[in-house]
Formats: sequence, structure tokens, C-alpha cells
Amino acid sequence: MTFSLEQQRSLYRHLLLTRLLEERMVSLYRQGKMTGGLYRCLGQEATAVGTAFALEEGDLLIPVIRDLGSVLVRGARPADVLRQLLAKGDGPSRGRDGFLHFCLPRRGLYSGIAMLGTAVPVLAGMVLADRFLGKRTVGMTYLGEGGTSTGAFHEGINFAGVQRLPVVVVLEYNHYSYSTPSEMQCAAATLADKAAGYGISSAIVDGNDVLSVVEAARRAVAHARAGNGPFLLECKTYRRKGHAEHDGQAYVDAGELAEWARRDPIALFEKQLDASGVMDAAARAAVRAEVDAELDAAVAEAEASPAPVPDPEFRGVRADEEDAVRRRRETFVGGLA
Amino acid sequence: MIAAPSGEVTLLDAVRIALAEEMERDGRVVLMGEDIGVYGGAFKASAGLLERFGPKRVIDTPVVEEAIVGAAIGASLRGLRPVVEMQFFDFASRAFDMITNFAAKHRYRTGLGVPIVVRGPSGGGVQAGPFHSQSPEGYFARTPGLAVVVPSTAQDARGLLKAAIRDDDPVLFLEHKLLYRRAKGTLPEGDGIVPIGKAAVRREGRDLTIVTWGAMVPLALDGAAELAREGVEAEVIDLRTLLPMDEGTVLESVRKTSKALVLHEESRTLGVGAEAAALLAEKAFEWLDAPVVRVTAPDTPVPFAPALEAAYLPGPATLLAAARKLAAY
Repeated sequence: MTFSLEQQRSLYRHLLLTRLLEERMVSLYRQGKMTGGLYRCLGQEATAVGTAFALEEGDLLIPVIRDLGSVLVRGARPADVLRQLLAKGDGPSRGRDGFLHFCLPRRGLYSGIAMLGTAVPVLAGMVLADRFLGKRTVGMTYLGEGGTSTGAFHEGINFAGVQRLPVVVVLEYNHYSYSTPSEMQCAAATLADKAAGYGISSAIVDGNDVLSVVEAARRAVAHARAGNGPFLLECKTYRRKGHAEHDGQAYVDAGELAEWARRDPIALFEKQLDASGVMDAAARAAVRAEVDAELDAAVAEAEASPAPVPDPEFRGVRADEEDAVRRRRETFVGGLA
Repeated sequence: MIAAPSGEVTLLDAVRIALAEEMERDGRVVLMGEDIGVYGGAFKASAGLLERFGPKRVIDTPVVEEAIVGAAIGASLRGLRPVVEMQFFDFASRAFDMITNFAAKHRYRTGLGVPIVVRGPSGGGVQAGPFHSQSPEGYFARTPGLAVVVPSTAQDARGLLKAAIRDDDPVLFLEHKLLYRRAKGTLPEGDGIVPIGKAAVRREGRDLTIVTWGAMVPLALDGAAELAREGVEAEVIDLRTLLPMDEGTVLESVRKTSKALVLHEESRTLGVGAEAAALLAEKAFEWLDAPVVRVTAPDTPVPFAPALEAAYLPGPATLLAAARKLAAY
């Protein structure tokens, strides 16, 4: 499988955008401007970027917390992601939910919920509907080792298997679920082994090598689109930060961290770009300058956004909610009717 | 459009008729559930629908309640109108996360509604034991974002289920299995839509109000007939929709009768009746001539043996004793 110059530039740009956007987030977090926790994907960028890169226009994606890169590849604007983090009133969820919990249906981007594994059956239903409506959509979602322990994952992938639904579940083997190491999460030798129990296909790829990830993901997507059923794509990677910024990851061996820092996905891709001559250091520096400028503007735009204003009628829970709105209004003013 | 059949139908027939009529009306309506296709559903609520609408619209699933509701959520986000069956509504506990966290909160979080219906048999009185007899409405009726509907007549089962399928947000539709073949009625011509969120006054009376739903409605009506022979005229309100509760109809009735009895089959503590009682305490206090009375199942699981279950469920004797005491207060 080959990659055009343009594709490789795009991959590099998205990897860098993911990394540098996260650095902006860290800065906002340390300034106390962020609301809630910051869940980082340092070291895992190639998995999220590379897998989402294999999707086509019209395909569907539900990310989990480490998949900032996939959201950017699908076309979410960094300014909108930052509005979510800053809990702004004009962000995609209008301050009602955080981080990657937002939908951009026109980009095929849908939101999961915090309960891991739940996106698998929901995505199965999405592509079931699309198949029913005559579309050849593929759905992609993500889970770590912890997510694959859940009943929702099992039920969803089992149902998708029975229905031969075009679902690709990217299994991000990043060594830790919060503080719990993989061997405490599951006794199977690999997450991909789980595919056998569902009668579906799987593959394992180096999740830090973006070109390999794209190639493997393209095969998985093609497999699903061709009607061969769901696919588990296990990407071997590493979570180089704690579960969230508050987590000092004292449970992690320093040598292990250093080893995976040496296997940084962006540095690895830069070496490949040097070797192939596709993008030299000067060309990459130009991309970095462009991304930095985009992020300067995005941060300014997000910071200037207004905070949400509480609605005294607490609307938006259901479409037709006249009575409920009246009751909530009474609750709000704390008075009698 | 199918003409409403002439003659009496059961509540169970009415459910099947509503499903068929909505599937006929709207090609986006699909059914998912366990044993609903070839077998026609454990209670035959979907009998004949696979043959009529085909396996793309009547989908037999594995035993995966969480995935059934999850898939319905996903399908609804892509334009379908899924109606899923919980073989017994007790099993909705397996899909609790999907119902209360994914479906119920979706519009609020993202602006996108989740038009799904989760329906199935609930309630006791058929000696089905602790896991096939529950009235789980209270678990869900306190979750913002859901509507919770419990019909007690064949007309309402059809009209409310059709309204639920056309609703743009998630609706839980609990069909009392004791009423499946006992509640009978003639269906109206046309759509017969019954709006969600509106209670029905089943019997008018001036002396006290019985607020109830589901299989307790016929019990209340029988009780009211007995009370009438004693000179006490009870008004019977069938809530039909528990969330959102039709406060107006309840308050209007109690303003007239000044006495209220809340009757329900679910266990007592934090049942939906507690919300009705709180409503009356907050907004009807000055009209009340007596404390609000609750007649409910006790705080135990639903027992299996006929004698134990009979003692568990509110029955005529309990209801009448409480109503007489209230009337005399």
C-alpha cells in the first residue's frame, strides 16, 4: 500500500496538531482555565490519527478519551474542542458535557458516554440503520484494555458479529486502564484473541507507526465494508501520562516510560519522512509553524467565547416538554405555583 | 393504513395492532428483541409481524439487552424509529445504563434526540416470581429525559404506543402482563392517538380521589363500585404516563374531593406514588381534609407462591379498608 505525498503531509500535520493542541490544553489546565480533568493521549497519537485516516467521507466514528487525533482527522475544529474543555456556552455541547463528548453528525462524529464499552452496541445500531437505508457506511470506535472487559463491549461485538455489521473496533493496547496493568485486566494473551470467540476477524499492529496503522486500518475498514462483519484492530501503544493530569502515575516504572518515550510516534514518523525524503526538516518546520498559528487563533477564539448562561426553564431535555419545563421553572425559583 | 378492527380486542392485540399500524405508516419503524420474530414474542406481541414486514424490520437478537437498547439508540440517531422489546421489563435492568445514561441524556448533552421505544411486559399477579413480576417503573420514572408510560386499557395501549413511536425522545412503555388478555375494548376508528403526559379520569366521584395506574386501575374501579354501594363516590384517575406526571388532572380532582389515596403495585418506598403524595403535599395542602394515603405493595421482592403473592399485591380488602377509613376521616 502506498501513500501519496499529500497523504503523508496530512498525516504528519494531524499528528502534530494532536500533539500541539494537547500541549495547549496542558497549558490551559495549569492556568486553571479548564473545567474538569485532562485526559491525555501523549504517545498514542498515531493510533487515533492513523485509524481515523482510513475512513471515508460518510463513515462514522465514536472516540474515547485518548482519541483526540481521530476527532481532528474527522474535521472537528481545534477551537471547538477547546470550547468543550473550557466549558463554554457556544461549544459543541454548550457547556453541558465535556471533552470529546460532542456530536458533529455531518462529519460522521458521534459522542460516547463515560461508561466504557457502550459505544460498541450504539455504533452497531448506527451502521445497522445505514445498511437498512442502503448506505455502505463503516463505523469505527475505540476501546482500551479496560473497555474490552465490559459487558457492553461483549454484547455489542457479539450482536455486530451475528448481524455481520461493518464495525471496526480499534483496541488501543496502551498498557494501563487508569492504574490497572493489562495483565490484571484480562487473561487473554492479546486483545485480538477475543475475536475468535465472536467468529470475527482481527489483526495486531504497531500502534506507534502511523503508516502501519493506516494500512492495517484500511484493511479492517475494507473488510467491514465488504460485508465480512466486524473487525478488531489491536494497536500496540503506550499511555505515557497518567489516566488524567491529576494522576502522577507512581505505579509506572520509570524505565518503562523512558523506553516508550524513545518509541515516540511522531519522532518515528519524522525519521521515516527523512529516510523517504517526503518531508525534510524545513518542510516539517513549516507545518509546525502553520499548526502553531492555527492553535494561537483557536485558543484566542475559545478563551473569548462566553460561558454558558443557566436557563431558568432548564430546556432541552426532551423535544416536547411543556409540563416538565414548568415544573423545573418552579424548582428553580423554589416557590409554589 | 389499516382500518381498526371491529369488535373487542385485548390489550395485547392492541399492542400488536399499534406496532403493525406504525410499521405500515412509517417505513423507518423497526422492531428488535429476543424471540420477537419467528416466535412472535414471549407473549406474542409481535406475532405475524416478521411474516408481514420481513427480517430487516423485525430483528431477532441474541440475549443482549444492553446491546439491543444500545443498537436502538444508534439506529435512531441515523434516522430509524426502533421499538425494542424487553422480554420481561424486569430485564431492563440489563440495559439500565443505555436507558438512563445514553438515551435519556442524549438530547440534553448533544441536541440530538433519541426516538426509541423500549416496551415489554411488567407487573405481577401471574405467579412468575421475583424476576418476571416486577413493576420497575419507579427505577426509571425519576430519570430526566425519559417518558414512562403504563397503559391500562386496550384503547390506551394502542393510542399511547403509537404516540410513543412518534415521539422524538425515548419512551419506556410498560405493558402489564395481567392485563394483556383481561383488558378488552373496542378501538376507535382512525389513529386513536392518546397523548403522552395526560391522565384519564376513569370514574368521577366527589368524596375521594384514587390515583393509580396499570393493573391497579381495574382494582380501583371495582373498589369504587363497592364504595358507591356504601354511599362513597370515589374518583379514579389513571395516570397512564408516570413521567411526566399530569399534575393538573390530579390536582383538579383533589381540589374537588379533598381526599387522596395513591394506589400502586410497585413496592412502597420511593415508588412513583411517593411523588404523587409529595405533589399533593406541596400543591393541594390547603384543599386536603385528610392525610394522603398510600396503598402499595410492601418493601419486599415479589414472591413466587400464589398465597405469598396474593398477600404481597394490593387487593380489594386492603384498598377498601384504606378507602373507607379515608372517607370517614
